[in-house]
Amino acid sequence: MYSEKVMDHFMNPRNMGEIENADGIGEVGNPVCGDIMKISLKIEDNRIVDARFKTFGCGAAIASSSMATELVKGKTLEEAWEVSNKAVAEALEGLPPIKMHCSVLAEEGIHKAINEYRIKNGLEPWEEKTPYGEHTPGDGA
Amino acid sequence: MEKKRLVYMDHAATTMTHSEVVRTMMPYLNERFGNPSSIYGIAHESKEAIESARQKVAKALGADAQEIYFTAGGTESDNWALKGVAFANKKKGNHIITTKIEHHAVLHTCQYLEKQGFEVTYLPVDAYGIVDLSELEKAITDQTILISVMYANNEIGTIQPIAEIGKIASEHEIYFHTDAVQAIGNIPIDVEAANIDLLSFSAHKFYGPKGIGGLYIRKGTRIDNLLHGGGQERKRRAGTENIAGIVGLGKAIELATADIDSHNLRIRAMRDRLLAGILGQIPHTRLNGHQEKRLPGNLNISFEYIEGESMLLLLDQYGICGSTGSACTSGSLEPSHVLLAIGLPHEIAHGSLRLTLGDANREEDVDCVLEVLPKVVERLRSMSPLYRPDQ
Repeated sequence: MYSEKVMDHFMNPRNMGEIENADGIGEVGNPVCGDIMKISLKIEDNRIVDARFKTFGCGAAIASSSMATELVKGKTLEEAWEVSNKAVAEALEGLPPIKMHCSVLAEEGIHKAINEYRIKNGLEPWEEKTPYGEHTPGDGA
Repeated sequence: MEKKRLVYMDHAATTMTHSEVVRTMMPYLNERFGNPSSIYGIAHESKEAIESARQKVAKALGADAQEIYFTAGGTESDNWALKGVAFANKKKGNHIITTKIEHHAVLHTCQYLEKQGFEVTYLPVDAYGIVDLSELEKAITDQTILISVMYANNEIGTIQPIAEIGKIASEHEIYFHTDAVQAIGNIPIDVEAANIDLLSFSAHKFYGPKGIGGLYIRKGTRIDNLLHGGGQERKRRAGTENIAGIVGLGKAIELATADIDSHNLRIRAMRDRLLAGILGQIPHTRLNGHQEKRLPGNLNISFEYIEGESMLLLLDQYGICGSTGSACTSGSLEPSHVLLAIGLPHEIAHGSLRLTLGDANREEDVDCVLEVLPKVVERLRSMSPLYRPDQ
């Protein structure tokens, strides 16, 4: 059902945990839907120097969080903002169609953490390019 | 990762075919291949084998052999019972009563019948998954033609008060169908005593082969055919008989119902030790379903703060096979309709694990799960943003 890459990131998740005194935190998802991701970022000179996650969810959700944190580490905020859910899914060598929303959640989590950082630092939050809408109960998103 | 030893705890999904059943089936896959509808010698052998299997089923259910019809399995039997009775009795009424916790073979068939103009009442269940008999009585109208309530639930193992439901149905002269797919071999069944008019069963749930099952239809029941074609099964179910399957089903039901009590004693003892171990070792867990009124091998437990599919994936790494009511394995994003019907919040339903014990299990399997599961839960909780260790 899952690619080897997904299983690898599920079994050996990278960057699991929380950053103390994180510069940006994004919590997305909903326990009703069965997945919640909490992304925390350490940001220095507009660059993500560390990224961590905690996730309640299925194998794909955990693997997507793991991969997303890997992909944004070392990137500038502008570069990290461009890491799409597709990029996460591709880096995982694909996700089953019904699990694509897990990669969407990972992208949302990163975006939310970046914007939290921007707001805290008196900057305009960036706008989501694709309107995912809120991850509400029963919306099938 | 440790070396895998298969710990199969998903008997409610399917069971391994008993070796004696396979042996009984083998001749009918090669030398005794005759079509029972033909007139030569090997055809007779096939016919006799089918009738002998029918006798075995009848004996196991307390029925007459002429009331047993072979089908391709539980799904076909449920479809036949519901559609067949609905269409044959639509002049009498258009109302069907079932429950919210039925298998999809019943629920989706009911939804289809609703599209055909029938009205369906889906009875609620209590926190343990048991149907409220007064709700059932209240739901009955002069249009009600069929009541369909499963014998025992496949997810939480809850056993319904079938004899009481049969009595109510019979008093109101309403046909009573029960999906007994999970019950055969676990609960002694007597269709006469319980006033059951139609009963679905499937061989692969009681150590028989897949693709074969049957429907008990009480004599005199008005029911349309589901499959139209040749005159097999006394013109009730067309299609050349799955002889090897039927023979296997006959042997399997004979074995499964020979000594239900001692079988249950062994399975229940292992199940109870597993339950006590899990609840004792792992905090923030709860048993779903009823303590006593449940199938002997069934365990359904919710683990707070974690999700079921990730639990299954980790358990699989240790060779442990289970299942979950989490949305993530169902192909939809809604958790199990059964767990929601007993009132579990979504997030608790997502964290459910079903382990169903059976003939494949030994005490060492229980030991293995009790060793592995706490580690798996702890690991996933350490990843969960919902979990605080001091909780």
